[in-house]
Amino acid sequence: MKLSLRMGSSLVWVATAVLLTVAPWAFPGSFALTLLTQMGTLAIFALSYNMLLGQGGMLSFGHAVYSGLGAYATVHALNFLGKGAFPTPLPLLPLLGGAAGLAFGVLFGYVTTKRAGTTFAMISLGIGEMVYACVLMFPGFFGGEAGISTNRTVGQPLLGLNFGPALQVYYLVAAWCFACMLAMYALTRTPLGRIANAVRDNPERAEFIGYDTQKVRFLQLVLSAFFAGVSGALSCINFEIVGAENVSALRSGGVLLATFIGGIPFFFGPVLGAVIFILFVAALSGVTKAWLLYLGLFFCAMVLYAPGGVASLLLVQIGMIRAGKFGRLAFPYVTGAAACALALCGLIGIVESVYRLSDSTQGTRMALAGLQLDAARAGVWVGSSVLLVAGLLALRFATRFIGRRWDAVQTEIRAA
Amino acid sequence: MDFLLVQVLNSISYGLLLFMLASGLTIVFSLMGVLNFAHASFYMLGAYFAYQISRWIGFWPALVLAPLAVGALGMAVERFALRRAHKYGHVAELLFTFGLAYLIEEATHLIWGRSAVPYRVPPDLDGPLFSIMGTQYPMYRGFMMLVAVAMLVSIGLVLKKTRIGLVIQAALTHPETVEALGHDVPRVFMLVFGGGVALAGLAGVIGGNAFVTDPGMAAALGPIVFVIVVVGGMGSLGGAFIASLMIGFIQTFAVSLDWGLFGYNISQVAPVLPYLVMVLMLIVRPKGLMGTREG
Repeated sequence: MKLSLRMGSSLVWVATAVLLTVAPWAFPGSFALTLLTQMGTLAIFALSYNMLLGQGGMLSFGHAVYSGLGAYATVHALNFLGKGAFPTPLPLLPLLGGAAGLAFGVLFGYVTTKRAGTTFAMISLGIGEMVYACVLMFPGFFGGEAGISTNRTVGQPLLGLNFGPALQVYYLVAAWCFACMLAMYALTRTPLGRIANAVRDNPERAEFIGYDTQKVRFLQLVLSAFFAGVSGALSCINFEIVGAENVSALRSGGVLLATFIGGIPFFFGPVLGAVIFILFVAALSGVTKAWLLYLGLFFCAMVLYAPGGVASLLLVQIGMIRAGKFGRLAFPYVTGAAACALALCGLIGIVESVYRLSDSTQGTRMALAGLQLDAARAGVWVGSSVLLVAGLLALRFATRFIGRRWDAVQTEIRAA
Repeated sequence: MDFLLVQVLNSISYGLLLFMLASGLTIVFSLMGVLNFAHASFYMLGAYFAYQISRWIGFWPALVLAPLAVGALGMAVERFALRRAHKYGHVAELLFTFGLAYLIEEATHLIWGRSAVPYRVPPDLDGPLFSIMGTQYPMYRGFMMLVAVAMLVSIGLVLKKTRIGLVIQAALTHPETVEALGHDVPRVFMLVFGGGVALAGLAGVIGGNAFVTDPGMAAALGPIVFVIVVVGGMGSLGGAFIASLMIGFIQTFAVSLDWGLFGYNISQVAPVLPYLVMVLMLIVRPKGLMGTREG
């Protein structure tokens, strides 16, 4: 049994490596490549965030501080590199970003990890706001609102690679992403990783068996800040600019959303979350101004109805597929999806009409799903509301239907 | 001298406004254990509702109706969402209110646009209250203090003297016993949550036109209110009061003084000061000014 488990997990790693290698060829095109590079960077960031939230039970609202300051360290190092100050190959710069993240993790972690739970969350927000204000206050070092730009090709080429083309940057990010994933997974297996779980679940008992919970939280945060710094350095290399928004509350909130949507109880959840988040942003931000609203709604729905994230929704299906019963659930799922789509149509109609009415520059006419609609007409509002209410009602019945079928199938599996 | 007096009065009125927010947050937190991340967003909604209502029927009805509308919205949020998140623990509740803050901010973007709305002080209150040595003190600042004090006194009376206040206080420490005595504790929670955000809404009604009503006002004030609650000590109303006035004084004086410090003007450093106070407090006294719980 143990052997097969080990085999299983090494298979997962091989599959991940293959996936990272073939991804740019499976999804050709420069736009897909930008998205893949961003996914890799965000995956490291989200995994490092999950070291706090998922593994250590620390909800942080200021994790962008560590990635952002790591990015600032990297941008300055790159500019020094350009002046020929010290010869370091570019692929090693993320280590410097990580070191900067780690150093600031030691500095701020000393204050934030003094408290746990809700208070930790508030303090991390305060530290995040403080760093953001400082970044705007010292434009000499941080470049103010505009930020500092750099050029990633300034260093000596390494083995003929100068990291100018986007494909080379992707493989740099992918290699770091794979290494960081392995390292963070290994960390969950260490005594520190285990005791961090204990501190998350029951701090009192962890203290009774002789661990200083504050020290455990501190170490976990410092290590997580290192990986955040690595991801910050990679984003600096990718975008060649670092600005105040790299440490902003928006960035901290984004990584929280991505991690949670992916699924905090599972190690690979945040990776899934990074992929979904980038796709969501790329797909919606070009189409509608209200994309943040849809993202927020999606997040709130996940918190209320699927606290294990998308990963948990997918993983529970595996048991069903193994038992060969997934077919019995297919029809209930289709009804649920149809009800969701109906409610979503109504919601989109209302949201887009509100937006068209408030924004006087574009007029009230709009095109939605091939239909020409006028937001000033009452018909659009009534129709959208009817769709929304009908969709929500249908969803209510559909979830009950899914629940009943699910219970029945579970009983069958247990009886078999 | 006159400058100092005006600054002191401004500090007090700003501090009282902060306390209107911090008190609602503290009451909800100590009763339900829920840290409402969206508290400042309800403050913003109060300001926007007041702007909209005062455009339709005037400022005075808005002063009453806007907080009521915010409170009703808060109760709906508690009843249909937070109660569900409660099953998964306090982290889920905090995450939900975090998502809610996103939603409210985006909804204001959609409905009222991204720039500030012209929500102004009503003409009845627009003018000097008194003038000392040539410096005029605006009447609206005095009105803000009056509303804040009236609100605080009435909350104190409700909590201490009325039946529902006693039930709330009892439910703070012994929810099971209160439930066994036949009180509907979930409904008490719903009322308290609605009441807490209605207070934030009222603060928005009187703060929105004194300062500025734009979609960034929640994100600007929210972290400050959290700092106050941490500095005052989680769950302590007295501590929150002292911390509110302290931050009110620090922020008001910091932006108006031009003392140099290491080549930086103190008014440039002003945005960082509340957070520095928080960091210092956590190093010296991690449980806050009047906090009782550690960790």
